[in-house]
Amino acid sequence: MADPATMPLIEVANLGVRLNTSRGPAQAVRGVSFALKRGETLGLVGESGCGKSVTALSLMGLLPDSAGVTGSIKLDGNELVGLSDAEYCRLRGNRISMIFQEPMTALNPMHTIGNQVAEPLRRHKKYSAAQARKEAIALLDRVGLPDPARRVDAYPHQFSGGQRQRITIAMALACEPDLLIADEPTTALDVTIQGQILDLIADLVEERGMSMILISHDLGVIAENVQRMMVMYGGTVVESGPTDEVFRRMGHPYTQGLFRARPKLGARKGTRLKTISGTVPELADLPSGCTFSDRCPLVIDQCRAALPPMVNVGPGHFVRCIRTDVSMAERVGALSA
Amino acid sequence: MSTAPLLDVRDLEQRYTLPRESLFRPPGQVRALNGVSVQVQAGESLGIVGESGSGKSTFARVVMALERPTSGQVALLGRDLNRLPPDELRRARRDFQMVFQDPYGSLDPRQTIARIVAEPLTVLEGADRTTFRDRVAAVLRQVGLRDADMDKYPHEFSGGQRQRIAIARALITQPKLIVADEPVSALDVSVQGQVLNLMQDLQEQFGLSYILISHDLAVVDYLCDEVAVMYLGRIVEQARPEDLFERYAHPYTRALLDAVPRTRAGGGRRRRGAQAIASQSAAATGCPYAARCPLADQHCRDALPELRRMGEGHLAACHKAEAVMALPQTVMEG
Repeated sequence: MADPATMPLIEVANLGVRLNTSRGPAQAVRGVSFALKRGETLGLVGESGCGKSVTALSLMGLLPDSAGVTGSIKLDGNELVGLSDAEYCRLRGNRISMIFQEPMTALNPMHTIGNQVAEPLRRHKKYSAAQARKEAIALLDRVGLPDPARRVDAYPHQFSGGQRQRITIAMALACEPDLLIADEPTTALDVTIQGQILDLIADLVEERGMSMILISHDLGVIAENVQRMMVMYGGTVVESGPTDEVFRRMGHPYTQGLFRARPKLGARKGTRLKTISGTVPELADLPSGCTFSDRCPLVIDQCRAALPPMVNVGPGHFVRCIRTDVSMAERVGALSA
Repeated sequence: MSTAPLLDVRDLEQRYTLPRESLFRPPGQVRALNGVSVQVQAGESLGIVGESGSGKSTFARVVMALERPTSGQVALLGRDLNRLPPDELRRARRDFQMVFQDPYGSLDPRQTIARIVAEPLTVLEGADRTTFRDRVAAVLRQVGLRDADMDKYPHEFSGGQRQRIAIARALITQPKLIVADEPVSALDVSVQGQVLNLMQDLQEQFGLSYILISHDLAVVDYLCDEVAVMYLGRIVEQARPEDLFERYAHPYTRALLDAVPRTRAGGGRRRRGAQAIASQSAAATGCPYAARCPLADQHCRDALPELRRMGEGHLAACHKAEAVMALPQTVMEG
């Protein structure tokens, strides 16, 4: 038995997810592998349809029944792929929790917030109603909800967006999970509130020694909040590495394109944004070979022949591109301050 | 003063009455706009930033004459939109059009693109749709779509393409002003840039003015000649983007800039101070931002700061503007 301190908490190997869409079967995730130790944080970046949320849902066992999952997901060495619903229910909200993007739809409007925060405690830890309520108040206090003892019996619509997101965080944390998955936790919130919520999540991750997977389309949010990151496109990981390393020397043309296409503060009117041509492809009709080949400025025939392998370009820094010699010569990236 | 401004908004106030909570007290009011005055010159663009609840979307709706303001006036090309008879107002709408945030919700899924884009013309000119096809084709080409797209339905397009269709619909009447409420925030990052570039091209080509409403400071910086920061229904700072983002004079502008995550290696987390949200309904005295402001003192809580001139074309409503300008400024990304 390996030492629990060095053994990864979660280990994903060659994960593939096949979804049945209205346009036929689609390979939503292909060959995703990563490992996360206790206390580590990982960021997933990408645009809509790149497979980042499907990856998260497969960790949570929340994919539709028709989805086909291949590969392996191990939590503390135990295989999760193929678990029955009942077995997954014992993990979900207990050892693995998730914070969703839209706090209004993640909360049930018909139940008080106190009952919703207490539900995982009652279910997994078999707390009595009174115990669970007391613990729920303590949790709501910890996530910074003002006056929790009085507001524990209020309903979700009586709170603002930022407060609702705090409540969903309290729900996710109730059973002190080992792994927290935050899927675009601040996209629906104002930029000033976004900072507070991200600060809160960072504090809690540190305080409880949790591992976190943070999903976002915002490179800035990823740059500031995770140790390692993976950039996804068309269901595959196109670049991965320590966050600082990736931002210092971006290797994949897609990562570079994302970085350049963002309007930046201080870029004056009249400057043009360097956009990525075309649009995000449908998962049902991805190009053969490299998934980015149809939009890539550096594409050559070889790119369309087969999916490129991951190339090691720096310490722990991998890029799925056969043209890194050209792409990295351009030195795209934000040098450290 | 050279020429009359394209848009002249004066002392705009908009209040909404809340449901009555008690028989014996008057119902509460939300002051969505609290005396907003702003001018837009022809061919120039104004950006409006602020958090939700700051009144930016209400401002857009009042400028579009979709709502009648409680008081104040909105004049486009010298005509007060709220005094025009309904018939003339409808004809005046040719000059100002709107692009909405959500390109999935703003296009009727049961109509063809030709019909959607021609709709402003059918309303304004009342003629038969078939004669408009040439004009629809021309405007679709201007926004980067093809003639063949005319007979398709919205679901056949991606988000970015739909936003192009929405822009085409706004352009077809050859407006002088387009009000765009968060035009790119629902789009993928790689597509946002395409739509922003398109909006810039169209401005150069047709001499349009935009009122661009966004929570994203970088988007506004990219497209606008002037930026107004709104807080609780008031403009608290207004300046050219380079002045606003490099020599800001209001602590709220600073808080907004600080909150933007930076894409920089080795940045790590920057702590931000906790911020309370003030109420929109309180008709309190003093500066509305005082409760959140780290510099606030008793004077701020007693007296409402008026917009003051801080430099060439730079206005700020803060008693401590000089002190804010003297603070070390947030570093921009390169």
